[in-house]
Formats: sequence, C-alpha cells, structure tokens
Amino acid sequence: MDVWFFLIQALNGVQYGLLLFLVASGLTLIFGIMGIINLAHGSFYMLGAYTAYWLALKTGSLLAALVLSLPIAALVGFGIETLLVRALYKRDHLDQVLLTYGLILVFNEAQKLIWGSDVHAVAMPAVLNWSFPLTDNLSYPIYRLVISAVCAVVALGMWWVIAKTRFGMWVRAGASNREMVQALGINVKLLFGLVFAIGAALAGLAGAIAAPVSSVYPGMGDSVLILCFVVVVIGGVGSVKGAFLGAILIGLADTFGRVLVPDFASFSVYAVMAAVLLWKPKGLFA
Amino acid sequence: MDSKPVSRRTILQGAAVAGLAGASGFVPTKFAIGNTAKVKVGIMLPYSGTYAGLGEAITNGMKMAIAEKGGKLGGRDIEYVAVDDESDPAKAPENANKLVTGEKVDFVVGTVHSGVAMGMVKVTKQSGTITIIPNAGANAATGPMCSPNIFRTSFSNWQTTFPLGKVAIEKGYKNVVTMTWKYAAGEEMIGAFEEHFTSRGGRIARQILVPFPNVEFQANLTEIAALKPDAVMCFFAGAGALKFVKDYAAAGLKGIPLIGPGFLTDGVLKGQGEAAEGILTTLHYADNLDTPVNKTFRAAYEKQFGKGADVYAVQGYDAGQLLVQSMAAVKGDTSAQPALIAAMEKAEIKSPRGNFTFSKAHNPIQDIYLREVKNGQEMVLGVAQKGLIDPARGCMAV
Repeated sequence: MDVWFFLIQALNGVQYGLLLFLVASGLTLIFGIMGIINLAHGSFYMLGAYTAYWLALKTGSLLAALVLSLPIAALVGFGIETLLVRALYKRDHLDQVLLTYGLILVFNEAQKLIWGSDVHAVAMPAVLNWSFPLTDNLSYPIYRLVISAVCAVVALGMWWVIAKTRFGMWVRAGASNREMVQALGINVKLLFGLVFAIGAALAGLAGAIAAPVSSVYPGMGDSVLILCFVVVVIGGVGSVKGAFLGAILIGLADTFGRVLVPDFASFSVYAVMAAVLLWKPKGLFA
Repeated sequence: MDSKPVSRRTILQGAAVAGLAGASGFVPTKFAIGNTAKVKVGIMLPYSGTYAGLGEAITNGMKMAIAEKGGKLGGRDIEYVAVDDESDPAKAPENANKLVTGEKVDFVVGTVHSGVAMGMVKVTKQSGTITIIPNAGANAATGPMCSPNIFRTSFSNWQTTFPLGKVAIEKGYKNVVTMTWKYAAGEEMIGAFEEHFTSRGGRIARQILVPFPNVEFQANLTEIAALKPDAVMCFFAGAGALKFVKDYAAAGLKGIPLIGPGFLTDGVLKGQGEAAEGILTTLHYADNLDTPVNKTFRAAYEKQFGKGADVYAVQGYDAGQLLVQSMAAVKGDTSAQPALIAAMEKAEIKSPRGNFTFSKAHNPIQDIYLREVKNGQEMVLGVAQKGLIDPARGCMAV
C-alpha cells in the first residue's frame, strides 16, 4: 500500500463519482425543483443504455448512438411528464411514488419485450479503445477518462444554465413560487415538462455513455437508482452543487470501502450517508 | 367392451387388486378422477433482473425436452404455472409457497440464484413437493438440506471449481487471488477451489468479495495489480462476467492469467470478445462438446428459439428429460410419490453434456471439462475430472 496505490484508487473513486453525478443530477433537478419523487429515474438510465446499444448496432457508430439516444430519453421523459406526472403535482408524495414505481415495472417489461433478457456488450469506438499504463502491470482505460470529462462538462454546463441564464432563472423561480411565476406570464407547465425531459435526458446520457464499460443488462437501472437517491440526499435535495459533491463523496466511499474494509464494502456508502446526515440533517447544500 | 357376464369371483379379484394398489398408493390418477387431470408444473425462475436471460433459457430447454417426447408427462397434459422470483432471496419463501400451497403444483422446477434456491427448498422440503433445481448450485440443497423429494439437474457449486484447484497447480500457479460476489454461489465456488488448491500446496494471496450484484470492479482491479499474483480465480455470471472480463483486460491485467468456473464466459463470450482470449475454465458442459447428442440438441434449440443454446438451456432440458422419464415410469401417477422418486433416482439422463446419473443426495454425477477460449471459441481441452461426485457434506435425510 503506497502513495501510488492510494492515488490510483482516488482516481477510480472520482471517476465513479462523476458518473454517479451524471445520473443523480437529473434526479435532483426533478426532485428538488418539481418536488416529484421519481423512482423511474433508473429506468431512464436503462433506456439510455439500451437505445445506445440498439442504435450502435443499427448505425455502427457509438457517437451517433449517443447523440440520438439523448433526444429519445428526453422525449420519453417529456411524454411521461405531460401524460402522467402532471396529474399528480397537487397530490401526496406517496401517489407519485406509486406511479413512478409502476413505471419501473412498465419500463422493465418493455425492455424485455423489445430487447429480450440477454446481456449485451456495446463496442467501444476504436479510437478510444486503448489504455495508458499507470504502473508496471496496471493500465487505465482511456474511455473511462472520456466519461469523466463528459460528466465534468455536463456539471459545469448545468451550473451555468441554472445560475446564469434566463431559463435557469425561471426554473429557480418556478421551484420556489409557482403561482407567482405563472402570474408573470411564464408557462410553468411547459417549463416543468422541459425540466423533467432534461432530467430524463441526463440519466439517459449517463446510461448511454456508460454502456460500453458497464454492459447492458435487464434491471441495470434498479441498482443505480438507490445510489442516486443516496447522492441526492447527501447533497441536499435540489442542489446540483450538492449532488456533485455527494456523488464524488459516494464514489470515493465506495472505492475505499472495498479496499480498506472489504467485509463491510456494501455498507460503506450508507455509513457515509448516515454520518453526513447526522452532521447536516438536510444534506450538504439544502 | 367385453360383454361376458361378470362372475362374483372376477369382481372379488378386481376388488382385491384395487385394494392392494390403493394401499401401496398405485391408483393411477386418471382412474381416480375419471378424466385425465393435468399435471401442474410450477416454475420458479428469474424472468427479470440480472439473471432474466438464464430463466428464459432454462424454461426454453425444459419445454423443448417435454415437447420432443409428445408434450405430455406420463400421458397427461401439462399446465405450467410460472412465478418470477426476481433473484430475490427475501421473496423466495413467499414465491415457493405461492406454487406449493396456492397452486398445489405437482412439481416445482426452480431456480437460478443459490440464495433463492435455499428459501425455496426449505418450503418444498417441508411440503414434500417434488423439486428439480435446474441451476442453483448451493451446496446445501444436496447437502444439509437434502431430501428425498429434492433433485438437481445442474451442478453443486463445489463440483464446478473443485477440479480447477488441481488445474491451477499443474499450470504452476502458486499464489492466487480469488474474487467473487459475496453470496452463496460465489463463496462456495471459491471455497471448493481453495480447498483443493491449498491442499496441494497453493497459497491464496487474497480473497476479494464484492457486493451482489454490483458490477463496479475498478477498485479491486487496482488491488489485484498491486498484489501481483500468479493468477486470478474468479466467479461472476451474466452481466457481471461480461463486465469483469472486459474491465480486467482494459486494466492491462491480461498478463495475469484469469481462471474460474465456466460461468465466467458462458453465454457472454461474444460480448467479451478479445478480452476473453485465454481464459481457462472448468464446467460440466461446453458449447463445443463434440457428441451427437449435443449437436442434435444445439441444432434443434437454435432452430426453435433463434439463438444458440447455453449451459442453462442444457440444465433446463435435462430437468425436462427427468420429468418425462420418471412420469413415464409411473404412467403419470403423481400420487405414487415413492415410486416416482425411485424412478427419478434411477433415471439416466442422456444429456448434451454427456450421460449422467444421480448421486445418493440427488446431485448429478458428471464429468467436469477443462475449457479454454481460443479465437473467440470455447475449446474443450479435455476432462478435468471424470465422474465427479459431490461429497454431499451434511446430508442425512437420504
């Protein structure tokens, strides 16, 4: 156990954390701004992965698949918001949980009908399919770094849109006082539909971009969903900055948990969550 | 119909025969009910989640075996009742009860996940429902939990990797890292390997366990690189196997040989591509086994389902064969349970993996093959251990 070993593990942790952020950011947007508990968020992750797999097969290009799977996830998200979620804004959280849980089942069944139950691999573009050596016998896949870079860019972009643009201002305003924003002549319904679509697209992007390294398999969204909620809760509901820090924290906790306390690896993430919530019951940036 | 007048003696004889048959439980159901009732076959398999593909392959294989023999069991039509067990051990007793108590099935065929199988077996051991396990290798199912009514057409976890311990020694590996998901199947497969490997002088550098069904391995790959073992022995299946093998290669670890039970490559070899080259595995089956039975089976499966058969399909197929053979022996009389069980115990299954019979604890006595991935193909190098019998440790009931 030397310094190098710790640095590489830290790199693993940050890289995993960035990917978690990409999925969780959409969840925190929908959860924090619209007040909707969207259990089907993991399904958008799965949708992104499967459409990327399917489009990569059809078009032969991963890049095309990535670009095309984004609007698909966004459209599905928009459709679900307008047709289903919209009816539940004034209802209890429990009703939303029921609806979105039902959606998970529908998505899983649809996935089975359309793509079957087999496990699939997505071919990596040849340019990115190499690793650079870190130590004498360990290399780092370049594609993982590309994922990290994309995640970092998305994080910056989100911060910029929400903090600096007019659209971001509407979103923030809509979250804190819906009636007032409506009175100012802004179409809140459309606004919320868009936010939901963006949230879905972010999860879809995460699924699509992770597909070549994570493989594509039934139920892949369910495992990621729980971690996303952990990230959102740690970061503080609705805070993109919080989700970012929370995700990095969870990525590191998971990585070092496996290496340092392997017997408790499955708890390390939750131990960190419990510790953060003891210190700040509403999350880091509530 | 015979119109001869019936003498009193004939009636008495008939009654005596019927009485005897009744006493020994040999009244065929079709006479008892008047019309032939359907045999209820309960299927408890994962149809969603990581192992959904395995559940499907088993179902396909089983139904195919039964269809090949006329689609009936002992002359009776079949009603299938399937539950999706979601590979969730917590729901296992409930799901098994649904079939046993709720549907009153004659047979239970299930399941894939070892933890779920244990929950299921606890229920069927108590109810006495004849159970055929078409995959889950939990040693205990034919060990401490063994029971006259519980059979397995797949393998015990112990069987799949015990021969690998010797293989590793013969390859000259002295210092090995083992890695798997932290659940029964993984721990038992690693355990059997370690048992054999260390008894011949091998050393386990570290045992790495990751939570099931987590597929993020990067941290542990870094660990392996730092440990620099002679080889890595691991068990993953399905999506986990696909991802682990790819991650392993991408991390530049191909210099350290990868060995394991055949589940590491079975069914996911195409997706693993070049990353799987050279992986050495042991298993009771290989797609490329050069036997007439295997070739016929594979061709028929491919034709019917539009994709290649895998080891799971084979295990389902053999579960189907076991049902067909034993039900034929008792002419469809499910109430004659002792005779039915005796027929199952005596069954010789002409499996695509090679013929096998059952051990005292109802686990297959089978050859374990040594396989290696060469040019994207699973090549059979030979038999790693012939006629391997699971030790059935702790089995008292049979």
